[in-house]
Amino acid sequence: MAEAQIKPLTLNFGPQHPAAHGVLRLVLEMDGEIVERADPHIGLLHRGTEKLIEYKTYLQAVPYFDRLDYVAPMSQEHAYALAVEKLLGIEVPKRGQYIRVLYAEISRILNHLLNITTFAIDVGAMTPLLWGFEEREKLMEFYERACGARLHAAYFRPGGVAMDIPAGLLDDIMAWTETFPALMDDIESLLTENRIFKQRTVDIGIVSAEEAQALGFSGPCIRASGLPWDLRKSQPYDVYNELDFDIPIGKTGDCYARYLVRIREVRESLKLIRQCVEKMPDGPVKTEDRKVAPPSRGEMKHSMEALIHHFKLYTEGYHVPAGETYTAVEAPKGEFGVFLVSDGSNKPYRCKIRAPGFSFLSAMDFLSKGHMLADTVAIIGSLDIVFGEIDR
Amino acid sequence: MDAILETYVIPTAIILAQILAIVVPLLVAVAYLTYFERKVIGAMQMRKGPNVVGPFGLLQPLADGVKLFAKETILPAGANKIMFAMAPMLTFILAMIAWAVIPFDAGMVLSDINVGVLYLFAISSLGVYGVIMAGWASNSKYAFLGALRSAAQMVSYEVSIGFVMITVLLCVGSLNLSAIVEAQRTVWFAIPLLPMFVIFFVSALAETNRAPFDLPEGESELVAGYFVEYSSMTFALFFLGEYANMILMSAITVILFMGGWLPLFDIAPFNWIPGPIWFFAKIAFVLFFFLWVRATFPRYRYDQLMRLGWKVFLPFSLLWVVLTAGVLVAFDWVPAPVLG
Repeated sequence: MAEAQIKPLTLNFGPQHPAAHGVLRLVLEMDGEIVERADPHIGLLHRGTEKLIEYKTYLQAVPYFDRLDYVAPMSQEHAYALAVEKLLGIEVPKRGQYIRVLYAEISRILNHLLNITTFAIDVGAMTPLLWGFEEREKLMEFYERACGARLHAAYFRPGGVAMDIPAGLLDDIMAWTETFPALMDDIESLLTENRIFKQRTVDIGIVSAEEAQALGFSGPCIRASGLPWDLRKSQPYDVYNELDFDIPIGKTGDCYARYLVRIREVRESLKLIRQCVEKMPDGPVKTEDRKVAPPSRGEMKHSMEALIHHFKLYTEGYHVPAGETYTAVEAPKGEFGVFLVSDGSNKPYRCKIRAPGFSFLSAMDFLSKGHMLADTVAIIGSLDIVFGEIDR
Repeated sequence: MDAILETYVIPTAIILAQILAIVVPLLVAVAYLTYFERKVIGAMQMRKGPNVVGPFGLLQPLADGVKLFAKETILPAGANKIMFAMAPMLTFILAMIAWAVIPFDAGMVLSDINVGVLYLFAISSLGVYGVIMAGWASNSKYAFLGALRSAAQMVSYEVSIGFVMITVLLCVGSLNLSAIVEAQRTVWFAIPLLPMFVIFFVSALAETNRAPFDLPEGESELVAGYFVEYSSMTFALFFLGEYANMILMSAITVILFMGGWLPLFDIAPFNWIPGPIWFFAKIAFVLFFFLWVRATFPRYRYDQLMRLGWKVFLPFSLLWVVLTAGVLVAFDWVPAPVLG
């Protein structure tokens, strides 16, 4: 008799699954509870962002970046704005740069709060999520006060930011940075030293520094493997080189290290936010180049030239000199890059987006092989995957 | 004619009335346990919990019940229909009949049998059949995995629960639940047998599939586990059964370790309060811990849970059984057998 071939159990994990973080579809081949192969399927949230951008003027392309990683919208805008500025060869005024860094760090806290707490819920602790979301709501109110939208901000524009922040906002942000660390302590008290949490995360999904580099990791995931790689330090943009902050790194590269790195990064971001508020200079928030940034409404009422600029900017947009650039920022999830090719017209010729989550997801098979089903969930949670940016 | 009436009809009617007197308040208690759970966890998570339906949201459980009742019962195409329908009934019935031996006050018990503990143990062991049947009959991979986990888990933790019960039995000398309560007149067993009390409570969490041992229904892994394919009343029966089991395990905890219906101290203001109220208050106290744990802890992984059950609880409880027996014999404290 021929030897019986035992077929592994194939489990369709997602896309309608509470731990799928959106629309992840993972086809798992399992031997009992042990995962033998994890095959991620993507594309369920594909909206053709890159192609759509080719048909929009440079300004109209901004809101698409909010919709990539909708957990930290402004960080994506940041990369795009920097890329266009590089092609245009313009400088952003100091106040504009400080506001951008301030909001980039608020976005980082927004992102890490969501990731830490959903990671907790993935391993079964549900209370941190509800605590964290209250603080996220406060942060989104800061978004709203600056630009009018809680989520899809369209606030960072090539040349600066859309408008100045309202009076009193900086004081409120400062007051918030005083109260927030207590909440982080509370969340940590439920997780960091919890034995069950540690049993579920320590030594799960280990990536060494070399493997992380080979897999194209970036952000907290590569720092958790012990590689101090952070674009804010290695190639500072905006005013990051004027600010004092540390890059937390992990040692073990497992889920727990990724969690710890994010916790520390939240505290570093708080430090940055405080410095931004303290150092916030006065002055314009966007470039004075009227070929790129629109004039103020008041100016348009009495200056014919301003009116023409406004009309041209909002109909035709601005022409960007031919050239190409790869510009990356340290988004909360990792290196978020924009490869922008301009042919000298008012629309990008090509806009390739490098989403950090894409390389994380492609490492799923490597990470979850040999682990149990429950570990797969923990690994997905610790990688910080958002499908808006992976499927684009 | 009168003889038939006296020997059969009237006792049957009395028993039926007694059963109703237990089951109806029990179901109401289950309904309000869900309300209590949502309120307690809500408070721990800095939110309000149900507060819209009725004053303070008190009618929320009723609204939930009506909703479940009004929904369509879906029978999956690939399911084994008979088994699929029987599983929730079995779970529910088992959760109800266990209450036959629970004493609410001195003499206030439906069936005062002298092997009450064994009966409870038998019933709670049968509970796993409902789960396995549901998981197998659903013909769904998630349900099947959930059922396998659940079966393994319930069987493992029953072993240590058994040893804990034996420890208590050694100290009482009777399997009768009322006798166990009466034996705690001087001191609750929770104090001399504290480690056993903790093990029993943790095992009770595992036995009822509650957090942090809720992996048979581990939401983030198996969506809902063994009852993922159930809807409407079939789901409601599982739900009721599960919560009734929670109350049952709390009641057993109270009877074995916290003096059942006995007051906190046998002095003036405390012993004015009737026994059933003490019993109820103690159950509510234990249930609060169930909920507290749920709001606080992450979930164990399958292998970690088995390790805890077999490699920690089992040896420890076994050791404690031997220790207790040794102490009882050495100091000549072995209780005279109480004939229930």
